[in-house]
Amino acid sequence: MARVHYREIEGDSRGFYALLGALGALILAGLGASWYMEHNGHYVTGMSNRIVWGMPHVFAIFLIVAASGVLNVASIASVFGRELYKPLARLSGLLALTLLAGGLAVLVLDLGRPERLIVAMTHYNVKSIFAWNIFLYTGFYAIVAVYLWTMFERRMNDYNKPAGLFAFVWRLILTTGTGSIFGFLVAREPYSSALLAPMFIIMSFSFGLAIFVLVLMAACNWTGRALGDVVLNRLRNLLGVFVATVLYFVAIHHLTNLYVARQHDVERFFLWEGGIYTALFWFVQVLTGGVLPLALLFGTTSRRALAAAAVCVILGGLAQLYVLVIGGQAYPQLMFPEKEVSSSFFDGVVAGYAPSLPELALGVGGVALALALTAVALKVLPFLPRSLADGDVDSAAA
Amino acid sequence: MSPDRRQFLGWGAAAAVTAAGAALAPGLRLIELAQARSPEEAASALQRWGLLIDITKCTDCDVCVTACSKENGWTGHGRPETDPQWIRKVSLRDKRTGYAQTLPLMCQHCEHPPCVDVCPTGASFRRDDGIVLVDKHTCIGCRYCVMACPYGARSFVHETVSGQKSDVPRGKGTVESCTLCVHRVDRGETPACVEACNRDGGKAMVFGDLNDPSAEIHRRLRAEPSTQVRADLALNTGVRYRGL
Repeated sequence: MARVHYREIEGDSRGFYALLGALGALILAGLGASWYMEHNGHYVTGMSNRIVWGMPHVFAIFLIVAASGVLNVASIASVFGRELYKPLARLSGLLALTLLAGGLAVLVLDLGRPERLIVAMTHYNVKSIFAWNIFLYTGFYAIVAVYLWTMFERRMNDYNKPAGLFAFVWRLILTTGTGSIFGFLVAREPYSSALLAPMFIIMSFSFGLAIFVLVLMAACNWTGRALGDVVLNRLRNLLGVFVATVLYFVAIHHLTNLYVARQHDVERFFLWEGGIYTALFWFVQVLTGGVLPLALLFGTTSRRALAAAAVCVILGGLAQLYVLVIGGQAYPQLMFPEKEVSSSFFDGVVAGYAPSLPELALGVGGVALALALTAVALKVLPFLPRSLADGDVDSAAA
Repeated sequence: MSPDRRQFLGWGAAAAVTAAGAALAPGLRLIELAQARSPEEAASALQRWGLLIDITKCTDCDVCVTACSKENGWTGHGRPETDPQWIRKVSLRDKRTGYAQTLPLMCQHCEHPPCVDVCPTGASFRRDDGIVLVDKHTCIGCRYCVMACPYGARSFVHETVSGQKSDVPRGKGTVESCTLCVHRVDRGETPACVEACNRDGGKAMVFGDLNDPSAEIHRRLRAEPSTQVRADLALNTGVRYRGL
């Protein structure tokens, strides 16, 4: 088998520093937003006692879910033995770490008391899915770090497959945990479904691969490395399968609810009468994030179409989480069936929410952190192959 | 020093009266036994504190809400979306018949509280005597308990707090809710809302030990129909409603 040659990116061009500068500015804006929110209290955001998880959670969950899914590329190489994916495995592992870092940074900086993170590390309620997730996330770092080591260090190559298998299983459990944060909320009709755990797993595959495709294309393009059609077409088909599967899970989730009389009002809200949530569901989540990417991925073979599809998947994914996280809270909790309910605490009505600038800045700051860490790591260590041209990957895969 | 004659006679008379009282009226106490726990004594599972709210007597007033706010020092900033509310009056109207009712809603002090299950640090906890509380020192402000509560009973402290009561710690960035006036209960008193309702309101609220067969709340729950809000969740709430 031909060896794959990896090399650091040079990272001394004006463009590279401009990229780091822009990402750094976004990170600073995110930190400033977090300071502003913590200093004044969360009343300066769009969040309220009815919508306690706002825009930062949408970004944080998106990044955490994508971090788990982006490792798929490496898993396909080492767990399922597809040699074509092997040259991509290091970048896949790197993105898993950086996306998780970005997501967790947003999550932590949105806490009411972020300075008490140490409390979360020292006080565990073993029944809490959140507490499991703290363990799953930190474990993920260690496991992916070891996994990357087995890729980088030739003497450790023999351990690549077991490490990859362990990481694969770990992240399935991790995303099960993320989905179950909502799935186990029995008191809220829009959540409370075991389906959310597997749906989050397939969402992670889709969102993660979309980010991977864009980062790979950008990195190769900006550093002048060849990126052949063989690799891209494989990723294109894979992304198409994932997008279709996400749509399938979304359809099943809603169809199940539509069959249950108790859930009819929930479905009427999300699919028909929910205003912004209905619009986001149909036009951004389903059309832009599902139907359009499928057309772009399977209707053409152009690279631009692939990149556009990946962008659409990311937009659709953010919309999906917005509808689920914020729409799910906005929908009034059912406490008194067959009664019209009203109170000073906004019982019985759809809660209002408009994302504020600080929330948006914090979320975007997390994305910028993930990308900046990726850019710096690519310069420091040889994550990227020197060439992904068709001839090179073919011989590597041979 | 030996007691003088007058003091001795006084003791003798008091002893005689006490003995006579004890003999004539067993069960009658000249001085009520103290029910308060000493600070060292832990809350006991022998008790299960609860409320019975008879909404057929609940009027349009909100004395329970103002009493709670005053007792516990939670006040608004004129921002209803983010201001804390430990107890609120909820108006119900039957969709078919228009039958209208009103009731106070607060933490239901569940036996199996979802807020306690989901709290990552254990800051949300349930005392042995059934009172569900938030430890303000270990709450990290993740708000997962607010997501999990079926009753919308919890508030997130959205801004700096001032004028706190010494018995009722609060803090920006943490979550809070009805404590069943735990500081009063531990002194052997009733929650502020119950006191106010029975003094100035419709006398709709009864507080007591659900485990104590002699307690009024126990007697009434034994004799009258009552319901739990979201009984389908089988959380076994400490707050029960009559007439719902």
